[in-house]
Amino acid sequence: MVEGIGISSENETPPRVSELRRFSRVFLGRGLVVFGMIVILIFLILAIFANQIAPYDPLKRNLDEVLQQPNAKHLLGTDQIGRDTLSRLIHGARISLIVGVMVVTIAGGFGVVLGAISGYFGGVIGAIIMRLMDTLMTIPMMILALAISALLGGGLKNVVIALGVGLIPGYARMMTSQVLVAKETDYVMAGRSMGATNARLLIRHIVPNCFSPILVMVTMMMGTTILAEAGLSFIGIGITPPTPAWGSMVTDGRNFLLSNPMLSIAPGVAIMLLVFSFNMVGDGLRDALDPRLRGII
Amino acid sequence: MTTYIIRRLIQSVIVFFLITILVFLVMRLLPGDPIYMIISKAASETATEMQLDKIRHEYGLDRNMAVQYLDWLGGVFRGDFGVSILTNMDVREEIFRRLPRTLHLGILALIFSFFLGIPAGVISAVRRGTWIDTIVTSLANIGITIPVFWLAVVLMYAFALKLHWLPVFGYTSPFTDFWENTRQIIMPVFCLAVTTIAGVARQARSSMLEVMSQDYVRTAWSKGLSERRVIFKHGLKNGLIPIMVFLGLGLSVIVGGSVLIETVFAIPGMGMLAVTAMGNSDYPVIQGVVLVFAIMVLMTNLLVDLSYGWLDPRVQYR
Repeated sequence: MVEGIGISSENETPPRVSELRRFSRVFLGRGLVVFGMIVILIFLILAIFANQIAPYDPLKRNLDEVLQQPNAKHLLGTDQIGRDTLSRLIHGARISLIVGVMVVTIAGGFGVVLGAISGYFGGVIGAIIMRLMDTLMTIPMMILALAISALLGGGLKNVVIALGVGLIPGYARMMTSQVLVAKETDYVMAGRSMGATNARLLIRHIVPNCFSPILVMVTMMMGTTILAEAGLSFIGIGITPPTPAWGSMVTDGRNFLLSNPMLSIAPGVAIMLLVFSFNMVGDGLRDALDPRLRGII
Repeated sequence: MTTYIIRRLIQSVIVFFLITILVFLVMRLLPGDPIYMIISKAASETATEMQLDKIRHEYGLDRNMAVQYLDWLGGVFRGDFGVSILTNMDVREEIFRRLPRTLHLGILALIFSFFLGIPAGVISAVRRGTWIDTIVTSLANIGITIPVFWLAVVLMYAFALKLHWLPVFGYTSPFTDFWENTRQIIMPVFCLAVTTIAGVARQARSSMLEVMSQDYVRTAWSKGLSERRVIFKHGLKNGLIPIMVFLGLGLSVIVGGSVLIETVFAIPGMGMLAVTAMGNSDYPVIQGVVLVFAIMVLMTNLLVDLSYGWLDPRVQYR
């Protein structure tokens, strides 16, 4: 975006305002993006205030009210040991979002640093980093996560590691190609000619300029991560029960499909809604931040 | 072209060795002891230190790491993946018995992805902004969002448990009973393919949109060629190239999906093997599965890149 400001200030138009305005016009002009933002916000509120919002304790058994169909008391019914499905769903949002944010931040951190180094210095270091990333990328994410979980065991921390490792190459590759372009730009040349150190050029000038693609990727990866975490929990190696996670809720409900299909259906719908929202917001951000589309939309 | 091929081959060989080193190291860095590669954790707790040392010595675990790696790698090249701790079966045999089932479903899913995804994407690009485009784009957005394991459970509920149109789960060899096999794999193949159909359609749409705005397409229009000729001869031919990259990615997604889908539909393939092995800390099996899948993806990516370089000569100069 700094690029854009440079260009427009040459044309003597008020820069920052028009850029921001264009961004918000493109970004918020789409119904699906606004829808996505609202859904994400709702899930965030549910996750943060789960204890206050959930009508029941998600772990509390009630053997008098097992496998109930949706009714006025339990809006989404209850499971085989009488736990309230809606309450478990609300608490599940917490797990999905925590895992999503942690994975995306940690993988993003490692990926951006590795990518920046490989793109900026190139040569042997760059080649080593890129081949390492290629290697990680050949192992399908789900299989990699499975293998890492086999070694480390389940639980929140290990799920974050298992999923995070698989996402590093995506960031690193994106960052490498961004930095390759950025380091040839005039402002980096100018900085170098004024004696700026490599570290300063990278941290102060190049990385901030790659902010938009990083932001887009982070948003997109939130969806991927939430889906993958649900998958791991579904096969029973993600979040350990009885902590309510959406994936394991689908598994639990499988045995009671005929008596109460809502047990499996409801958490799936929640996953879809949240992942869809992150994808839409990501799409919106990509189009709104893409400098090539400036002037077209 | 030759330099490009050679460079890609060398890169792939390097990546292959890195995969083996990674797999080897990770398994040796087991929390605890690499002896778990040979005996189960429970058995190691009851054995005396002397017995453990004897096993370590027998299997060479007391030797230098590099020697152990080379020894292990030699085994891998001979197809020796070790023995399953759980079943005592040869890991290679186990993998070769199960791989065809996973490949059967996976390849069908890949074929569907391309045969449904490409036309859908192309139509929505050519008819941009019409109701067809809206439908395809919405379906594709849902397709990349839907949790496949959940879709599998829902389909199973609807078509097997409620309507009784299809069997609930299981896998019969197509050579034993082709009709039964077809009925059994309809839902699993569909679930495996959903994400990639949507992915291919999205990719096809965006790459067609880009191609259709190129100068040579405008030239084709202004020459007065028919719409069909412009789309098929000039647009599609070039628009399809970027979609090929999806082959490697799609394989990766489908292999990952097989872990979930085979679990739901009780299909005794590689995915189920991986899940069972993981649940029992059966490290030699996990190691074998990771290696086989990684090498499959590596080979596919290499083939895609080579044909990519052949179809689009500009790539070689990158």
